[in-house]
Amino acid sequence: MAKLILSMDGLVLKEIPLVKERTTIGRKPHNDIQIDNLAVSGEHAVIVTIMNDSFLEDLGSTNGTMVNGSSVKKHFLQGNDVIELGKYKLKYLAEVGQPVGTSAADFEKTMVLRPSTMKTAAEQARAMAPASTAPSAEGTHPQPKPAAAEAMRAVAAQQVASAAISAGTASRPESMATASVPQAAKAAQPLGAIQILSGGNAGKELELIKPLTTLGKPGTQVAVLTRRPHGYYITHVEGAQHPTVNGQSIGSSPHALKDHDVIEIAGVKMEFFLKS
Amino acid sequence: MDLSHVLEIASSTDPGMVRSHNEDAVATDAAHGIAVLADGMGGYNAGEVAAGMATTVITAELARALRDVQPYEIDPKTDRPTAERLLREQVLSANASIYQAAQSQPQYAGMGTTLVTCLFYDNRVMVAHLGDSRLYRLRGEQFEQLTRDHSLLQEQIDSGLLTAEQAKTAQHKNLVTRALGIDLGIEPEIHEHACKPGDIYLLCSDGLCDMVSDEDIGMALQALGANLNLAAQQLVQMANDNGGRDNVSVILVRVLREYPAARGVMAKFLAWLK
Repeated sequence: MAKLILSMDGLVLKEIPLVKERTTIGRKPHNDIQIDNLAVSGEHAVIVTIMNDSFLEDLGSTNGTMVNGSSVKKHFLQGNDVIELGKYKLKYLAEVGQPVGTSAADFEKTMVLRPSTMKTAAEQARAMAPASTAPSAEGTHPQPKPAAAEAMRAVAAQQVASAAISAGTASRPESMATASVPQAAKAAQPLGAIQILSGGNAGKELELIKPLTTLGKPGTQVAVLTRRPHGYYITHVEGAQHPTVNGQSIGSSPHALKDHDVIEIAGVKMEFFLKS
Repeated sequence: MDLSHVLEIASSTDPGMVRSHNEDAVATDAAHGIAVLADGMGGYNAGEVAAGMATTVITAELARALRDVQPYEIDPKTDRPTAERLLREQVLSANASIYQAAQSQPQYAGMGTTLVTCLFYDNRVMVAHLGDSRLYRLRGEQFEQLTRDHSLLQEQIDSGLLTAEQAKTAQHKNLVTRALGIDLGIEPEIHEHACKPGDIYLLCSDGLCDMVSDEDIGMALQALGANLNLAAQQLVQMANDNGGRDNVSVILVRVLREYPAARGVMAKFLAWLK
């Protein structure tokens, strides 16, 4: 059984098992989870639980509902998601040892759709689950063989997707962290830049916005500055001469750059610095 | 014809930041112009076994078959270059081997692998693929995907259910509709592309293209094309920096110069002398 842990300022207040199909959250006393705080709307949100899957829906609350730091209207809850309503936090714990997990990792594992097993699984799913509960289809099957399980999981995933597409209202699982991780990392990292110190372009400044910036003369000597989540690196690309940082040759492996390092590539000196 | 002085090849494979196993496998043979990449699936270490079987079997068998026939010769039965028949035969035979292993040994039940295989010959490349491992090409400034995934996602895009934009954040990226070793009746998709000197071909598993945008991959190849090994490492690193949620594998092949097949008696004789 999945459950929610209600806490405020790190203090655990309550543990709520998700037994009902609809678990309502709000300030008014008729809610299943009553949170008596003015930041919480009278009817704030609802969690719809179908078999092993829970979906969170904001009921048009004044201050909104956040999941893992981003505001949501509808959300397919994943294990360890943190729902925030004002100062209160609700941690969602999926059932442990459930036969078919739908964690992000499961969805990323490459699997094959087999037309033969798919068909029977799809028919079963259709027979057992009405359209509105399609996302839960996988939970309704016994789980015998891994092959069949794969196909069924595939069917369920497909139904989740197609339900979302056709209805437009179904709780489509939010995209996984894939897209947001790099952006978050980039935002947190200070922007680096290069100022040219010698040669014809002396004084020019170049912001290192792209993940890769090449410097030097193709055919003679080229180095690349890579922007990574934890900082900037310089790497030798081509040419007999290797670039130097503060007068020291960097060799052929990547070299981490520090604020105000002086780089020399193809006879041109430049200074690396971090913009705040 | 020995292509080792015509093709520069670099590869890199990495388990990524999340997985403990590397179920990807790569194999290359510059002399015969072969590059094979596979992304295995199946419990325990079965995915590794399937991918490893696919890459080693196909590389070795293709190289052996090339000793007896010329890939550019037109096959009278199909009216297509022999290379196409060779690729199909080898893919099907690897499929049968993996399928048999999966059937006969319970610990390998259900194993399979995606595949992308390139055979370079006569200023051309013949590519066979199954599943969502891809082939890209960088030609000048233009970076494009040459293969189309056999995946649920791609089918949904094709049928207009999803836009390319929605597909980027879709949850079921991982479901492939064709794979090696799952069934005896598979059909690899095979296409031929003309090569030009300076082209860089990228074979990669979905661990790269799911984590790094095509734009960034193209940019990295353009920037680091001069140093293929570095470019391969950089691509893996970019995938890992972005989360590395899956195994990441890349093979890079650069065409250094033209490599027309030695046709005619005299040319063949000279080639034989070498």
